[in-house]
Amino acid sequence: MKLLSKPGHPYIPNSAADTKQKMMRELGISSIDELYADLPEKYRLKKKLNLPEKALSEFEVRRRVEALLSKNKSCKDMPIFLGAGCWPHYVPAVVQEIVSRSEFLTSYTPYQPEVSQGMLQALFEYQSMMCELTSMEVSNCSMYDWASALGEAARMAARVKGRNEILVPRIIHPERAATLQVYAEPAGISVRRVEYNAENGQVNLEDLKNKMSERTAAVYVENPSYLGFIESQVDEIGREAHSHDSLFIVGIDPTSLGILKPPGEYGADIVVGEAQPLGNGMNFGGPLLGIMACRDDMSLIRQMPGRIIGLTTTQDNSRQGFCMTLQTREQHIRREKATSNICTNEALCAVASTVYMALLGPQGFRQLGETIMYKANYAMQLLSKIQGIRSPVFKSAHFKEFTVNFDKTGRTVEEVHKKLLRHQVHGGKDISKELPELGQTALYCITETHSKQEIEKLRDTLEEVLGER
Amino acid sequence: MPEPEDEIRRAVGNMDQLLPKNMWRTRKPSLPELSEVEVARHFIRLSQMNYGIDSGLYPLGSCTMKYNPKINEALASLPTLSMVHPYQDESTVQGMLEILYTLERWLSEITGTFEVCLHPAAGAHGEFLGTLLMHACLKLSGECEKRTEVIVPDSAHGTNPASAAMAGFNVVVVPSGADGCIDIEALKTVTCEKTAGLMLTNPNTLGIFEKDIGEIAKIIHEAGGLLYYDGANLNPLLGRARPGDMGFDIVHINIHKTFSTPHGGGGPGAGPVGVSKDLAQFLPVPRVAFDGKLYRLDYDKPQSIGKMRGFQGNVAVLLRAYAYIQTMGFEGLKEAAEISVLNANYVMKKLGSVKGLTVPYDNKKPRKHECVISAKPLKSETGVSALHVAKRLLDFGLHAPTVYFPLIVDEALMIEPTETFEKEELDRFVEAIKRICEEAYTNPQNVLTAPHSTAVSRLDEVKASHPRTMSLSWRMHIKKEEMSENPHNKYIQ
Repeated sequence: MKLLSKPGHPYIPNSAADTKQKMMRELGISSIDELYADLPEKYRLKKKLNLPEKALSEFEVRRRVEALLSKNKSCKDMPIFLGAGCWPHYVPAVVQEIVSRSEFLTSYTPYQPEVSQGMLQALFEYQSMMCELTSMEVSNCSMYDWASALGEAARMAARVKGRNEILVPRIIHPERAATLQVYAEPAGISVRRVEYNAENGQVNLEDLKNKMSERTAAVYVENPSYLGFIESQVDEIGREAHSHDSLFIVGIDPTSLGILKPPGEYGADIVVGEAQPLGNGMNFGGPLLGIMACRDDMSLIRQMPGRIIGLTTTQDNSRQGFCMTLQTREQHIRREKATSNICTNEALCAVASTVYMALLGPQGFRQLGETIMYKANYAMQLLSKIQGIRSPVFKSAHFKEFTVNFDKTGRTVEEVHKKLLRHQVHGGKDISKELPELGQTALYCITETHSKQEIEKLRDTLEEVLGER
Repeated sequence: MPEPEDEIRRAVGNMDQLLPKNMWRTRKPSLPELSEVEVARHFIRLSQMNYGIDSGLYPLGSCTMKYNPKINEALASLPTLSMVHPYQDESTVQGMLEILYTLERWLSEITGTFEVCLHPAAGAHGEFLGTLLMHACLKLSGECEKRTEVIVPDSAHGTNPASAAMAGFNVVVVPSGADGCIDIEALKTVTCEKTAGLMLTNPNTLGIFEKDIGEIAKIIHEAGGLLYYDGANLNPLLGRARPGDMGFDIVHINIHKTFSTPHGGGGPGAGPVGVSKDLAQFLPVPRVAFDGKLYRLDYDKPQSIGKMRGFQGNVAVLLRAYAYIQTMGFEGLKEAAEISVLNANYVMKKLGSVKGLTVPYDNKKPRKHECVISAKPLKSETGVSALHVAKRLLDFGLHAPTVYFPLIVDEALMIEPTETFEKEELDRFVEAIKRICEEAYTNPQNVLTAPHSTAVSRLDEVKASHPRTMSLSWRMHIKKEEMSENPHNKYIQ
């Protein structure tokens, strides 16, 4: 062990005084300022910035950050019934262990495949398992999230079809709709909304038919929908899209696909969705993991955004191996003609999902889906027995999310939820402002992580707070 | 996987009734059916076939592959972050909001911008936001139809033109001059009443500081355009200079580069965007607000462009940056910048004298965080190209630098050592390149066929992308195998 004259910062080995001096001598300089000599005088920073001035020790940083974070309340502190695009699911210990492996965690994009086979194979397995789950043939290795994946899918469809309109159900997540708008507008794509049937929330087929035209690049539906119900007319909607030579885009929650018919079996051309539930925490909304898959059709594949890993062999054909492929679609080769500007994506989250999918297997996915649906139905059953509460609002099958209407209690969602919170229960998402026609309605979410006791606590607490004057 | 309690099963009744008949999955997905032991071992083995920052030097240019402090990982795995939902009542996420609010202010101080938005998930996502902001600005002034062009230098990252195009702009390329900086006369020629803005990386991808930045800003602003700063190369300027002071109106920051968060094999990252006062009104919602007592999320921004993703940012990544800034402090960040520059110049000096290599553009001029070396002489004298050098480096247990970028340098090796590698590791890298170049003259075949000691040898990228053999998933691979003319050949030719 060498002795350093003056130790530097722990993350900056060459800041040790003797090393720094030695290197400066090699460069023939006596001050670091000489390396900045070409910075025009007027742009040199002469003041100290308003930042923590001195480095804190690791112990101090840990104590400070932990103290701040402990001001948060998590699912560990109280039952939380929020979903709407980010869901509480159990993350198995193996998943955390694998994504903590420094070789995965600290690696860059696998530009040198010979020393990145681990990441490449894991991502290829992600693509493969996502294809199995969705029953599609091609998947990229991640988008930022569901919302941006939908935006990219709309642009992709417009390029494939040379058309400029996309039809979207009226009931989708408002943030997803807003993101879609932001992605679509610069590409000259207009987003038209298709009405729903008031009774069951399902897409109004008549309205869809009326809005279909030779401008329609794609029809988009979600299954389960934003409000948790199953869209059961997917076969008809897919046929309608294809009869106008439009693409059929389907948005999915992968936790449903152990029991729900996969989009590949009802004609989806492009599948988007959110894979955060597969092995990733909620993290206050990010990182998430956008799904993007399509059929094995070169006209689609060539227009796909994002990174794709391919199975190949070594040049001498002696071994199987993996590499990034179809890079001529991407920004670093194609620049302004690229299918998307995406570069950094959510690779490590995809690795987490790969491990998760491998752990669960087909039986695990079936069990996950059944558990969620049992529990969500149990919750709807309990809540709908409370006087004044209607749940769900729509007469349709529901998966893990469902609506709860408070109109007949004479209370607003906001009032009820504030009171619930005082009893250490966090209600669902208040949707009374975004879908005013549904009245005082909230969107609740139940996953495998919600125990029977927690669901019953929700019922009991609701009864209690609704009884309060 | 937790199972539903028996009472729940009884109360809910038959599962079959819960879904419409036509919506049940009838064929099970063909996923692995393995024990946990097998799954764990498989992925641990895969990790052993991967090179990470802790394996050694990772000198990819413009990627800023610096050490990822372990404490940040420990903090990011706390349940008080990972199990917090983004729609929770504000009273239950005060700690989270305080961290985001403070980080916004620190980043705005570091970049010299008025306000910072943490939403973008990556650098390119930040660029997309930046170009959307340009668009929003033009919309307000009624100049959308008129200003349709975004200028990028020929040395720009590929994401710049791609982002501008995504936001609906036409891309105009401006060449670099003999000194590796933007050619001012050329810039004046392409700047006109159609100019919406210029996207610039400073220091540029040659590692050279754009000395004429003052004049560049003047040209763009006088023409009515906006100046965009690509933050990929911010590291050498920390505590030394600020893009905002140079006249940049929009600045993106790559948290996963400058602020030490791990790249995770391609993500997740975070690409916050800082803007000048006039542009702040257009930023996506929600914005984190503070009234002196409580933090809250503010959605009431009528001029906002809206949303470009769900929720409000890659928070687990941002938290790591928050911790990093505290473990560095102002002095530490400045030192990181300075040593990153020292390291890059040290490597450039050492490599400049190696036979077969040259330093294009003024080699007397100090570089900042990175340097670009050309293997053009080596290629013409021995047939060994930059790619071959890169591949041979892998045999030395080192990662290769970026090759063939920037596009303006032939046989480019773009090297960014960052501040977090010790002199001995840099010397090992220099020594390895020296030996490879010598080998190119004495035994070129050994370099041309490299790598020899990696998990796999060179891969057939043509086969990977040829429509006949392309296998983008296991099911596609099986399909292609079945279609293959020769059933005896395991791999399709």
